[in-house]
Amino acid sequence: MKKTIFSTSRYRQLKSKLFFYVVCTFCGITMIPLFLILWELVKKGYKQFNLSLFTEVSPSSMDAMLAKISNEPIPGGILNGLTGTLLILLLAMIIAIPVGILTGIYLAENQKKTFTKLIRSLSDLLQGIPSIVIGIIVYVWVVKPMHSYSALAGSIALAIMMLPMIIRSTEESIKMLPTSLKEAGLALGGSYTSVVLQILVPSAFGGLFTGSLLAVSRVMGETAPLLVTVLGASTVNWHITEPTSAISLLIWEFYNDPNLAPLVWSSSLLLLLVVLGINIFAKSIAKKWKIQ
Amino acid sequence: MENSINNDKYILELKDVSVSYNPEKKAIKDVNATIKEHTVTAIMGPSGCGKSTLLRAINRMHDLYPDIKTTGQILLKGENIFDMNPMRVRRLAGMVFQRPNPFPTMSIYDNVLAGYKLNNIGLSKAEKDEVVENSLKSVALWDEVKDSMTQKGSFLSGGQQQRLCIARAIALKPEILLMDEPTSALDPISTNRIEDLILELKQQYTIVIVTHNMSQAARISDNSMFMYLGELIEYGTTKQMFTKPKDKRTEDYLTGVFG
Amino acid sequence: MKDKIFKSILFIASCLILVLTAGVIYALVTQSISAFSSFGLFNFISSSEWDSVNNNFGALPFITGTLITALLALFFCIPFSLSIALFNGEYFKQTKIATIVSSIVDLLAGIPSIVFGLWGFYVLRPILIDMGVSAQGFGVLLASIVLAIMIIPYASSLSTEFISMVPNELKEAAYSLGATKMEVIKTVSLPVSLSGIFAAYILALGRALGETMAVTMLIGNTNNIPTHLSDTGNTMASIIANQFGEADGLKLSSLMAIGLLLFLITATINFIAKYILKLVNK
Repeated sequence: MKKTIFSTSRYRQLKSKLFFYVVCTFCGITMIPLFLILWELVKKGYKQFNLSLFTEVSPSSMDAMLAKISNEPIPGGILNGLTGTLLILLLAMIIAIPVGILTGIYLAENQKKTFTKLIRSLSDLLQGIPSIVIGIIVYVWVVKPMHSYSALAGSIALAIMMLPMIIRSTEESIKMLPTSLKEAGLALGGSYTSVVLQILVPSAFGGLFTGSLLAVSRVMGETAPLLVTVLGASTVNWHITEPTSAISLLIWEFYNDPNLAPLVWSSSLLLLLVVLGINIFAKSIAKKWKIQ
Repeated sequence: MENSINNDKYILELKDVSVSYNPEKKAIKDVNATIKEHTVTAIMGPSGCGKSTLLRAINRMHDLYPDIKTTGQILLKGENIFDMNPMRVRRLAGMVFQRPNPFPTMSIYDNVLAGYKLNNIGLSKAEKDEVVENSLKSVALWDEVKDSMTQKGSFLSGGQQQRLCIARAIALKPEILLMDEPTSALDPISTNRIEDLILELKQQYTIVIVTHNMSQAARISDNSMFMYLGELIEYGTTKQMFTKPKDKRTEDYLTGVFG
Repeated sequence: MKDKIFKSILFIASCLILVLTAGVIYALVTQSISAFSSFGLFNFISSSEWDSVNNNFGALPFITGTLITALLALFFCIPFSLSIALFNGEYFKQTKIATIVSSIVDLLAGIPSIVFGLWGFYVLRPILIDMGVSAQGFGVLLASIVLAIMIIPYASSLSTEFISMVPNELKEAAYSLGATKMEVIKTVSLPVSLSGIFAAYILALGRALGETMAVTMLIGNTNNIPTHLSDTGNTMASIIANQFGEADGLKLSSLMAIGLLLFLITATINFIAKYILKLVNK
């Protein structure tokens, strides 16, 4: 039964090697879905990925059916979704970014207070709430009292989802600044306000910008909370108190309507490209800023 | 106002200054000292003796940290700084830090003017140019950076950055200049230049400098303080302290018994 | 004076978070009261009835559906996310290839839920049908596979962090005793970072529990308790997404009550993870 040291060590080496290959294999498999998904969207969506996607509103089911019968490509695009997403996101940014940044500054500047710890935990709590639950809460808060689905309601829901991310990134990037920076500002006789606004915030700007951008990209594709707050619309709407469409909502509609199904791919492709684009852009910016 | 005070030749007077980080223990205890205009005063002592703490009391930096309590009186040109607006105190007492810390988002030009910006003091373009040029000339940085004013300060070398920080401090024309080991992060050549600069700045400013380096104190200071365990053990002319220290502890420190 | 105003603005912004959280809890609780009072809290949780005609509602099928899919997803994701963590945090720590791998995994996290749903529906579902899992392909298995892919980034990024934080001295000590790389991982790296990795998986579980769109598109949307991998079902999130639009009265309140329960479950899970992280960081 006794093995020589030589053979056991070789056996162990082999086992270690094998384990390494297993790790690499699993790791490699995980890389696949991203490309499979991209491939699927490109393969099925490129045909409809044309100018009318950006310039025309979504077609009715009837129009699409007629086109299908006469073997023509489905008319229309997702203009109403594009403008809706833009409107909802802009509103959400206007709500979430100032509050998030101010709160983040407060947390970074008052680290030892119990109140800070409370707000930080609550922010974590908010971040953990499933998006559909945020949707139904905003439904109760906004849609019910206003008796109407609205872009505003959707943007409040998205703003609540963005807030914790913005707060966290602001707090972290301000905390990372050396204390001597703040002291140097104050030592020049600057007031607290001017030191924070003219020195700390600009110095941490890279972090704040990236954080806000990532938050936007994270909520951009959200569908569930919009289903119960903005409902959708078949025309372009710029009124914040009225039902509005969004790219993700249109994808959901196309998915549910067999006549419109071909449009699902081009619109998903567009959504994915924009979301991933913002993601990559934000991260490359973060890298650039860090080097300085 | 200034003339009405008898001892106006003392620009800075410390009276029973104590600083405590927590109620039980004082970081510095009852420091009394007076400092004359246009002198360089070195504060020496082993690590943790309270050198920096004392220096930072002079421009009320301790106000930033609610746990730190400062008691006693510090008179700047006869006026108790604790009766003044802290922002005014800090304008009058410029500070240079251990590590060069130019503001990373500002250009060299804007760094020099940072004090004006932060205090919302409006200057005309000509005035700005003048302040920048004069300040940078005073720190002998003008010739090196005059063509790269719009670049960020972080592109300069460590020694240049530190001179930029000194320029930033003197741009506000402070009464005194507080330096907290300004050369500890620099190489020997940069250190030399800063030391030369201090001797020149003495003509216009009163300088209080914390230093770890005894030979530096000997080279540049007129007067020296020796601090130990939060107490000011000895204060006198640098020459006298290095040749005939009065206190045994000072002598031990200077001869390298501890520290 | 100006500073005082500025400081109060900062404070007020922070207070908004407090108000927001209070508002969330208030809205959920007040809206679900009528469901809880008609059915009783315990009965609502333990009843598997979901009868819109007779207005009789219980949450058991959805609670079980949620737990089963989320736990299965977690189970599926472990070998993959652990491999990524070892790849990035141990084998190729701080190398270029590790940055590439972690960027790709990050991008995976950026894909919107609805796109995952589409892909699951059009690509994975036919595969499951071909494999004979079920006639339609919908169900717990399909939903959990897609969920697993979705939570891999969350589980792996934090795990990577903890594995790469294991001090080199410890590993070198093991190497100097003649251990192989795998033995070092088994006896040093993993045990040292275990609680951190555990917390990472709990956080990932929290994500899986609340995931809505993809699951709604893939689980089959039937109101029964799934007992088999190929069974269809509904999760708490998917029943809300599916039926909220047409609901009113007691049904609306019941959906709200499910929302409240989902909120409580995810909050508890996240709290546990954060608590473990706090202990680890000490």
